[in-house]
Amino acid sequence: MSTQQAILTKNIKAAATQAEQQRMPRGAEVLMDALAHEGVDSIFGYPGGAVLHIYDELWRVRDRITHYLVRHEQGAVHMAEGYARASGRVGVALVTSGPGATNAVTGIANAYMDSTPIVVITGQVPLPLIGTDAFQEVDTVGITRPCVKHNYLVRDVRDLAGIVHEAFHLARSGRPGPVVIDIPKDVSAAPAPYSRLEHISFPCVERNTPPRLQAVSVAASAILRARRPVLYVGGGIVNSGAAAALRTFAEELQIPVTPTLMGLGGFPSAHPLSLGMLGMHGTYAANMAVAESDLLVAVGVRFDDRVTGKLSTFAPRARVIHIDIDPANIGKNRAPELSLTADAHDALQALYSEVQARGPVELSESIKGRALWWERLRTWQREQPLRFSGSTEQIKPQNVIRELHSLTEGEAIIATDVGQHQMWAAQFYPFKRSRQWITSGGLGAMGFGLPAAIGAQLAMRGEQVIAVVGDGGFQMTNQELATAVQYDVPVKVLVMNNGYLGMVRQWQEMFYERAYSEVDLSVSPDFVKLAEAYGALGLRAERPEELREVLETALSYKGVAVVDVVVSKEENVFPIVPAGANSRDMITAVASDK
Amino acid sequence: MRHTLSIVVADQPGELSRIVGLFSARGFNIETVSVGQTPDARWSRVTVVTRGDDRTIEQIVKQCSRLARVREVQDITLRPHIEREMALIDVEAPQGAARQELLSLVGVFRAKVVDISQARMIIEASGNKEKVEAFIELLRPLGIRDITRTGCIAIGRLSATVNTEANTDEREDYLYQDRLGEITFEETVPE
Repeated sequence: MSTQQAILTKNIKAAATQAEQQRMPRGAEVLMDALAHEGVDSIFGYPGGAVLHIYDELWRVRDRITHYLVRHEQGAVHMAEGYARASGRVGVALVTSGPGATNAVTGIANAYMDSTPIVVITGQVPLPLIGTDAFQEVDTVGITRPCVKHNYLVRDVRDLAGIVHEAFHLARSGRPGPVVIDIPKDVSAAPAPYSRLEHISFPCVERNTPPRLQAVSVAASAILRARRPVLYVGGGIVNSGAAAALRTFAEELQIPVTPTLMGLGGFPSAHPLSLGMLGMHGTYAANMAVAESDLLVAVGVRFDDRVTGKLSTFAPRARVIHIDIDPANIGKNRAPELSLTADAHDALQALYSEVQARGPVELSESIKGRALWWERLRTWQREQPLRFSGSTEQIKPQNVIRELHSLTEGEAIIATDVGQHQMWAAQFYPFKRSRQWITSGGLGAMGFGLPAAIGAQLAMRGEQVIAVVGDGGFQMTNQELATAVQYDVPVKVLVMNNGYLGMVRQWQEMFYERAYSEVDLSVSPDFVKLAEAYGALGLRAERPEELREVLETALSYKGVAVVDVVVSKEENVFPIVPAGANSRDMITAVASDK
Repeated sequence: MRHTLSIVVADQPGELSRIVGLFSARGFNIETVSVGQTPDARWSRVTVVTRGDDRTIEQIVKQCSRLARVREVQDITLRPHIEREMALIDVEAPQGAARQELLSLVGVFRAKVVDISQARMIIEASGNKEKVEAFIELLRPLGIRDITRTGCIAIGRLSATVNTEANTDEREDYLYQDRLGEITFEETVPE
């Protein structure tokens, strides 16, 4: 042991003794008190040297806060995300310094892209060792800076409680997102009194301004006069709890609604006003509607490239009203004709009141003026519905989702990885409500599905939670089966096994002359045996006639179950708008058959 | 177009790198940057000179405003203001005509000699970017050994002081309000 380390150990011991003598709580205890005051009941984490004091304290409060020991830190953060996305509460992850923190970065970046409120607590080497390349030291605050709403390095234990409360406030306010608190080991050992921060007084924390009345009035007039309006809605609807307000508004005005991938569930997929999902793998009707629209009412969206394709030809005939809580989203990709920087719920409610104030004559005129538009939309829906060719030989992945939907009566919470299975789940599982759909949208992080499902299940105990994953993504985080089994979290995992990295293979087939470069996953573990090895139920369906029964068995099983569904190997997701293309260049299933 | 942004941020470790990191992460360019305390020691002012069209500058302002510890972001360029930067220039000054020439340039530009040896001088020059650069160009033939320059700092003119607090709520929507007012919608659905 070096002299420096010896002094350090001595200092830590001295601090602990001091705390005991003065009967002051140590940093770790202050942290627990602050978390308890924030209503935290679950923490997903993985211990290590720099967080030993915190884990010691966790042990003492284990009847109040349950810690779930994950098998990899990426899983911890994804679980916190799943917990947050399913419940709307702030998810919490706890990891150690160095590799603990770097393993957590994928999850943190994912939460940043998808505006998910989480607080990630990372251990750090003791203050005097920072900058010395100490064991398990990384600059966590530096590494995570570009993918957090805010992060903190706690340098003084007296700041700890205030930082925790502010972190929770930042994570859930405005446009939600991840906040990282990096706590050096000596800070978690040092004594300090705990006092709850009742009021966040820092002058730059976000304000939630009400929508400007004048803009609401201009917007309402435009919407009432528009002949071909479309409501383009995203994750902001879900985050702001605006689903009911959206439905009321859309129904009142009889305006078609198309959700983004992140907006699924924010408007019922089976609602007569719904055109289905928009974007790269969106429906023909939704993409055509936006291409022909004269007024795009964009709510809680960010004009992401997977929605717009080639930006300059996106919604070329449309004026745009952009409503978003994050001013930086407005004008970032598409300059709107009118913007409303406001919470989606508040804005939709204000618009609804304004429309009502205009009286029933104006409203009925407006609805009448859109009769032709609806004829056109219905034609697109009729002519080009989502479709796939059936088979009596092979299980079609689209059919797996349909069966799942039928067996769960459309009520399950679905978490997915990223790729073809994700798009089929988005297309063929009609969602009824917000927070039923938990997917990695912006970052596109494979391995998200299983841990997110575990987090969601822990937040929503009574619900049926299903992880729909591919054989690729599942192998990135399947070790979390152990976590699910250990804590008796009865998630069901549906592996859409096609022996390929399917989405990459599809692109190689369509755009790279079928050069299947490094997408062969035919050598994978036997997922049934893998499940059994973890103490879960493992089942396999290989033929169409087996599918329903196998799914039924899995869904009614009390514990963790994994279903290996062997699906047709070279199935493609349609429609597809090639990356960077115009939505009119969309390739549909019908076109590809010819 | 060249813009000078004045960003008031909490005087805490790491806050400057948050701003600078944001510029590089989002592909904005930084021409110069300088930092110093405000009258209130809890806050620093970061002055950034950047280039971009209106949409880019708007994004920079909005992205910077989103940082949790940033109190305000102003595009100083939009109103009358004073800009200054400073240079310390180590230049050859052999005794004789060359030294006289140098001293007369120093006089014309209201610069200062801050150090001197048998053969060289260090000159301190300040002014706006154009003035400092013109001065450096004139010194170049005399033999410049080294230059160290500050970034630009700026402050609004007294005559143009505006109440920035009054319109903060409106500010976020300033670019896009009311362009819908006169728009008419086509009566028919195009084929």
